[in-house]
Amino acid sequence: MNDQGLHDVMREIEAQDALAYSSSPMNRRLFLRVSGVAGGGMMLALQMGLASRTTALAAGLSGDEPFAPNAYLRISPDGSVLIYAKNPEIGQGVKTALPMIVAEELDADWSDVQVEQSEIDQSRYGSQFAGGSRSIPSNWDPLRKAGAVARHMLVAAAATRWGVSADQCKTEKSAVLHPASGRRLGYGEVASQAAALPVPDPESVPLKKRSEYKLLGKRITGVDNHSLVTGKPLFGIDQKVEGMLYASYEKCPATGGKVAQANLEEVRSLPGVKDAFVLEGNGKVDELMPGVAIVADSTWAAINAKRRLKVTWDESEASKDSFSGAVKKAAELAGQQGQPLRQGGDVAAAFASTAKTVEAFYSYPFLSHAPLEPQNCTAWFKDGSVEIWAPSQTPQRAVTKAANTLGIPAEKVTLHQTRIGGGFGRRLINDYVCEAAAISQKAGAPVKLQWTREDDMAHDFYRVAGFHSFKGAVNQSGRLSAWQDHFITFSSNGNRPVSGGSMGRSEFPEYLLENFKITQSLMPLSTPCGPWRAPGSNGIAFAVQCFLHELAVAAGRDHQEFLLEVMGEPRWIDPGNARSLHTGRAAGVIRLAAEKSGWGKPLPAGRGRGLAFHFSHAGHFAEVAEVSVDADKNLKVHKITVAGGVGPIINLSAAENQCQGAVIDGLSTALGLQLSIEKGRVQESNFHQYPILRMPSAPQVDVHFIESDYPPTGLGEPALPPVAPAICNAIFAASGQRVRELPLSKHGYSA
Amino acid sequence: MPTIRFKVNGREHTVKDLDPSTPLLWVLRDSLGLAGAKFGCGLGMCGACTVHVDGQPVRSCLTPASSVAEKPITTIEGLAKDGKLHPLQEAWIEHDVAQCGYCQTGQIMSAAALLEENSKPSAEDIDMAMAGNLCRCGTYIRIREAVQAAAQKLDASKESGQ
Ligand code: FES
Ligand code: FES
Repeated sequence: MNDQGLHDVMREIEAQDALAYSSSPMNRRLFLRVSGVAGGGMMLALQMGLASRTTALAAGLSGDEPFAPNAYLRISPDGSVLIYAKNPEIGQGVKTALPMIVAEELDADWSDVQVEQSEIDQSRYGSQFAGGSRSIPSNWDPLRKAGAVARHMLVAAAATRWGVSADQCKTEKSAVLHPASGRRLGYGEVASQAAALPVPDPESVPLKKRSEYKLLGKRITGVDNHSLVTGKPLFGIDQKVEGMLYASYEKCPATGGKVAQANLEEVRSLPGVKDAFVLEGNGKVDELMPGVAIVADSTWAAINAKRRLKVTWDESEASKDSFSGAVKKAAELAGQQGQPLRQGGDVAAAFASTAKTVEAFYSYPFLSHAPLEPQNCTAWFKDGSVEIWAPSQTPQRAVTKAANTLGIPAEKVTLHQTRIGGGFGRRLINDYVCEAAAISQKAGAPVKLQWTREDDMAHDFYRVAGFHSFKGAVNQSGRLSAWQDHFITFSSNGNRPVSGGSMGRSEFPEYLLENFKITQSLMPLSTPCGPWRAPGSNGIAFAVQCFLHELAVAAGRDHQEFLLEVMGEPRWIDPGNARSLHTGRAAGVIRLAAEKSGWGKPLPAGRGRGLAFHFSHAGHFAEVAEVSVDADKNLKVHKITVAGGVGPIINLSAAENQCQGAVIDGLSTALGLQLSIEKGRVQESNFHQYPILRMPSAPQVDVHFIESDYPPTGLGEPALPPVAPAICNAIFAASGQRVRELPLSKHGYSA
Repeated sequence: MPTIRFKVNGREHTVKDLDPSTPLLWVLRDSLGLAGAKFGCGLGMCGACTVHVDGQPVRSCLTPASSVAEKPITTIEGLAKDGKLHPLQEAWIEHDVAQCGYCQTGQIMSAAALLEENSKPSAEDIDMAMAGNLCRCGTYIRIREAVQAAAQKLDASKESGQ
């Protein structure tokens, strides 16, 4: 089977870094260099949604035009302000936050603003996806400029009407004011006049300073809240199309198995079933793998019939993976050196001359994403074209993947973006979209494909397990003097780690150390893996930040002080790259988390605090966990204090919610989540075997931000990696027990 | 297959030709066009499908249609009365509880059943009553706050005799 697509999705997301910074002059050269694209200005225009302007001009202006200087906003003569949210909403809050950015620069009164999910259209909106915590950083400049350009034009229109200079006018609450004469014109009143003006060069329009913000940084409630709490049909699973049938799809539980035989006749005769057929698939795990489709007149008929389906699988090319086997193999490999990946200084010399060395072996398991809305998609193939309603984190990729699966040009695919019942990285891959499209094509009818929870757990793109064999040293003065990490991961082709299974150069902390050596071993794997909230960092942080704590303990040092020493002088690690670690920002959040959590204050016996810092997705995060542990390993997590640095906060309500959610996700995962894989099959099938944290175990989570003028970075992911190491370091502080393998439940802990 | 009559949110519905073992969840979603109750696990483990039957919270994914025929059923769509949101719905909006939002209709229905029974729930009462509802996004902290806020509001309006 072919898993190239799983690697491509991350590469495309990472390429957004270059694009995001291409719009500031300082970085445009870098972008042109990185991307090799000559027409940077054109790219910017596209990204800014300026392409729509051409259409508006071509259509001619009639006098009561709405004002739509770009694809992001539309002001009608009645004063209503419509702002389009371009990226998928998976719970990270961008449907509210992205329009807030436009509204701020536009100086629109938020209560006048209506938000709509935009179409999926690369030519007007540039890249539209939800991944890599990139929605805010990569849209920050284009959206601010979109709002500022519009405001500039509205002011110009009002100034002309009044016969005054634009400099004498100001704006507030969706209106242009002329303070000298006390005159005021609502945006709606000048909309059609503004629509007749030429759109200025976005670079020439000044943007607000952070101190001038009226909306950004406030707590704004989600634009869909009312619809959500009244049960409106917002999600993929809620879509309905006239004449729609309902489908289920059974694939081999061991990835790569093919249908040898199936009781199709019997299934076709079951109540409500319209048809049952085999799809051969195209061998791509991120498109269409072989299976049996059942098409019925209700969801229940489709999923109930699947229980009566009997398939004999040809597993000659299917996965034979065994996690228990891999664990044994990793333990053997731990004693070896591994292939050199990167090194600096001289670790051997440092170990030879050192006061203390510490060795430890850490590991973490495979995980499922388990978004609460099981995968689903509605597709209608008709006359060589397909219309799709999909909960996808990468809708533009979904279009090309569906086109490829069906063998039709991408122009023949129309995709409507729905709200998404949880992403966590799972819906970066569009296999369920391709399946729905193929089933509709074969069934000759619109269908809604519905996966069960069991399908979802059996056919995920899992967070890959990982193993670290560490050796570290502290010198006479208690300083970290050498760091060696033999990283044991998995590969599907023997050359490079699976998606989410590599330890990139940007993983903390090698770049801060004088003497380090990173080596790697690859173990074979057929189970498909993919990005899971904070890919790479989500496991690596546990191992690295716990081992750092072990070294601090060996040196007899306070963990906070030890970490701050590792950071050293305030500096950018990669000068000129605002998405790299800044040691001063790191030190700032470490100090803040320590201060807010009462770090250093005495606690009763059996209670302890643990600290961890991690840098990922350009976010600086330090967290302190306070826990109690008793002799029976009953664990109570009292409180987790989060300190984060991500530049200015866009929406404080959603920002805090994201951090609290990431902490609960991190705790849930560290505490009890693991998948076992045997004979190529994931053994866990539903929530009884995959115990996601429930309310009684949820701790208090206090969130603090250090706001700054650095460009804003995303919040979907970076608060998660420090959670597990903070908890495990706290368990050590409380009980003297060091846990080096997740989940904690495997070692008898329960919450 | 039989015709089954349902009483949902005060209205009568007749569904023809219905497999009597069909879970109520799919009757609501597919036959009656009420998409508020969600499918999460189909196993009674997540609570996303919670609705009220005879005023009691039930997991509609495990409730056969035939067992609730003619019984009063309330779904999230019927929680607001006379166009006025239930205090829980208001609190959910004000406290900006939702992330993806998928679990929240089930959460609200469980909370509504709690407040029917216990108008002054303690923190533990809330945790226990809500323990059957998973939130994969981890919004538990805000759910607690919203339930508490709604309980206070309900209580205050009762005391003032409204
Ligand atoms: S869908 Fe009914 S409890 Fe999960
Ligand atoms: S808000 Fe996403 S599952 Fe609860």
